[in-house]
Amino acid sequence: MPGRVMERTMAKMLIPPVQLYGLYVIAHGENGPGGGFQGGVILGASLILYVLVYGLEAGKKRISRGTRDFLLPCGALIYVGIGVACLLAGGNFLEYSALPLGNPKHATHLGILGVEIGIGITVAAVMITLFFETARQDEE
Amino acid sequence: MLELILLFFLVVCALAAVQMKDLLSSIMLLTIYSLIMAIVWMSLNAVDVAFTEASVGAGITTVLLMAALSRTSREESNRKVSLSVRAPSLLVLFLVTAVLLYGTVDMPAFGDPEAPANLHVAPEYIKHAVHETGVSNFVTSILAAYRGYDTLGEVVVVFTAGACVIMILRKIN
Repeated sequence: MPGRVMERTMAKMLIPPVQLYGLYVIAHGENGPGGGFQGGVILGASLILYVLVYGLEAGKKRISRGTRDFLLPCGALIYVGIGVACLLAGGNFLEYSALPLGNPKHATHLGILGVEIGIGITVAAVMITLFFETARQDEE
Repeated sequence: MLELILLFFLVVCALAAVQMKDLLSSIMLLTIYSLIMAIVWMSLNAVDVAFTEASVGAGITTVLLMAALSRTSREESNRKVSLSVRAPSLLVLFLVTAVLLYGTVDMPAFGDPEAPANLHVAPEYIKHAVHETGVSNFVTSILAAYRGYDTLGEVVVVFTAGACVIMILRKIN
């Protein structure tokens, strides 16, 4: 496909910064705008861009059905897991300050970060799954 | 003034998206709608909401709608709706619009410090959120800490949506 050189080159240059930005938005949600939802969507969008340029089959090689299905509940389980960890540490469900991670403020900060990462994983996985399952190959 | 112009274009985009026979154009108009909406949120200083609107509304929704479009025809079907359906729906439309407009009469002005929303829990969050959580963006601390259950619910909703799509569409594929 010689006519698609431009798309391929652009995608190669665009996807890494987009993914880095998605991770930044997830990790930086506590101090700036953004968070798990937005960052997850950006991460998912970078993979969708890959599929749009390289085709559905190439995308399936990069991230297999098993990986997608594994990541889908992973984030939600991380979220619930942090909540249960708070319970086990003697606090209420999702009471981050009870986590044994130094002072309560620090624990809350880390708890929120963990929750954001969980949200990001699930949202990204759902976005990718929605696209993979809905799109049809012959359109690309 | 800027908001008025933006809101005017918002209405134009919404009407045009409904009227368009070409569904791809409709999707593009909805993208523009979301982008304008994001700018409106920005001008209201709601940065987090604007971010979500831009990434979800203008970004991912467009792609997902186009993916859905790849499974159907690009043109809207030419089905004529009879007057006996149109007249009552127009009546309902006007009634709902009137009720909604009537509802806005009582609403406090935008940014009114005396508004109930600004007097109840919001000052508490603004005062204590940064000290209690060590997180400087208190939108995040409200979402993840004070309203952690709600956000958990949202994540479960997103997960359920993904799981349902897998269950329904994999069978078809």
